Amino acid sequence: MKRRLFLKSAMAGSAVATAVGAGLLTPTMVFANSADFKAKSDAAGASSAGAGKGSFKFKAPKIAENGAVVPMTVDASKMEGVTNISFFVTNNSTPLAASFNLSGASVGYVSTRIKMGKTSPVDALVTAGGATTKVSQEVKVTIGGCGG
Amino acid sequence: MGKIKLKPKARKGVIGIKALIKHPMETGLRKKKGKVVPANHIVHMVVSHNGNVVVDADIGSSISKNPYFKFNVAGAKGDTIELKYKDNKGKTGSATAKSK
Repeated sequence: MKRRLFLKSAMAGSAVATAVGAGLLTPTMVFANSADFKAKSDAAGASSAGAGKGSFKFKAPKIAENGAVVPMTVDASKMEGVTNISFFVTNNSTPLAASFNLSGASVGYVSTRIKMGKTSPVDALVTAGGATTKVSQEVKVTIGGCGG
Repeated sequence: MGKIKLKPKARKGVIGIKALIKHPMETGLRKKKGKVVPANHIVHMVVSHNGNVVVDADIGSSISKNPYFKFNVAGAKGDTIELKYKDNKGKTGSATAKSK
């Protein structure tokens, strides 16, 4: 019977379903972010720890009143050969917010809005010519405007 | 769902691409009336310039609702910019615009 169940989940065609069947992933993890993305997030965390200080501009608010919309901008247009720009929010459940692989004619500039659960340092990671550098900034999230 | 605003604007040899995608971006962690709202967020986005990929982004659930992005790409007026995305439910959306 167990075998049948396992086959059934495998036949569902999704690797995620199989992983749940095998007990590798808890359901909440599946819903939050794919395992693939989680791995990327961990990798970004590891590279963040060893990254030197970057010489690019990172713009984020010091105090964000609404954690649901926090604008941030990375301007590395003065750097040559930028291949990746990532945003890393240390205290979020999945720290990596997004990773942008830049190629071709693109300029090292990304601006976006992210969600933050609570006050946390935010790292902007820029990979140029194989070396990763970062600039971090603490963003204070005040929910309801009563102070954190 | 799937509505995209794409506004590329050329200035001094650089196209500034502004994109606004209408998407709920549910993390799958939020609860509504005691029930978990299922995850529904963009996982992958590709922006191309005259057919060449310039931005290939992996996006997590912690990007805000109705995400906004801005990129800069070297180019001139009249170039074609295309944006495609895919969410975790396999739904896709795309938009094409000529740079102004």
